[in-house]
Amino acid sequence: MTVSAELELQSFVLLRLGERRFAVSAGQIAELVSPSRIFRFPHRTPRLEGVILRRGRIVPVCDVSEMLLEKRLTSRRFYLIAVRNYGTQREWVAMPVTGECELINAEMMAAVESDAPHVAGWLSHGGEVIEVLNIDALTPGPEQALAGPTAPRRVEARL
Amino acid sequence: MRLAAPVKPSSAKTEQIILFRISGHLFAISSASVQEVRSADSMSGAATEISAPGLRKVRRVLRRGDRSLFIVNGAMHFGLHAAEGTLLFVLRKTRTALLIDGIEKMTSMTRLQALPLSFCHEERQWYRGLTALDQTVIPVVQPEGFLSSEELALLDAALLQTGNPDDEALEGAIPAP
Repeated sequence: MTVSAELELQSFVLLRLGERRFAVSAGQIAELVSPSRIFRFPHRTPRLEGVILRRGRIVPVCDVSEMLLEKRLTSRRFYLIAVRNYGTQREWVAMPVTGECELINAEMMAAVESDAPHVAGWLSHGGEVIEVLNIDALTPGPEQALAGPTAPRRVEARL
Repeated sequence: MRLAAPVKPSSAKTEQIILFRISGHLFAISSASVQEVRSADSMSGAATEISAPGLRKVRRVLRRGDRSLFIVNGAMHFGLHAAEGTLLFVLRKTRTALLIDGIEKMTSMTRLQALPLSFCHEERQWYRGLTALDQTVIPVVQPEGFLSSEELALLDAALLQTGNPDDEALEGAIPAP
């Protein structure tokens, strides 16, 4: 491998959701933790299940399975805690995953215009073509609340 | 029961709070925000009915001198299963009397954490933040968050339509059960 080729490789964490695997840039991953108690309270943000307590921090839990697989997965093995950017602020967000995670080095192909906003790019690994996720687009935040569509004003709170 | 004016906490990092329940969910409110705690029954005789379009969480209004206090059903506000509510919190510096199921306890919190930015809808108006007490995370409600200025305008308009509120209080009072 030449030096130039080596420089193009980036680290990714592969995560499993049901039968599919996805990738997240390793630089955006804080940690992988066992599922712990979720504290639920009324709110109206789609995809947020509640919060967990992790080392004194309150971390929102965001179930991305419905958005990525078009079905909700109830089983979960770990929470992958990723760093989410909100402008200049950065916060942790926990995503339930259903299997082991793996750290790999791979070359990413950038996403094209026709890709969904949550796709940061693509990589090839083990004979699979894997979506690299854009955590900022995948998880809710103020910019998405402004852009809408939002949850209806008078719906049952998500608990 | 009239609550005494809150005493300034000795440490700036500690805040007295009341933990209360609505439809099985635990919430916290700063005790400084609660002017009075009343039994819902004791207030029902003085309340008059009100109906503002699209605002089902407020069904009754209380006259307090020249002020109107809107009784907000906490369960409906949070989109929970509707409960009757047995206690009213009259919230200081607002026009809200909050109907709740019961008080859990009074305690103090040492740290209020901002609501994570992932929560990006109405809950940002509902809560001041979250606090962790005994390894449990509890949302701390914002007293001003129960009625928005638009909702207050709707309710004021509905009040005007019902005519003289004082007459209503005499003629249309809801009898105590």
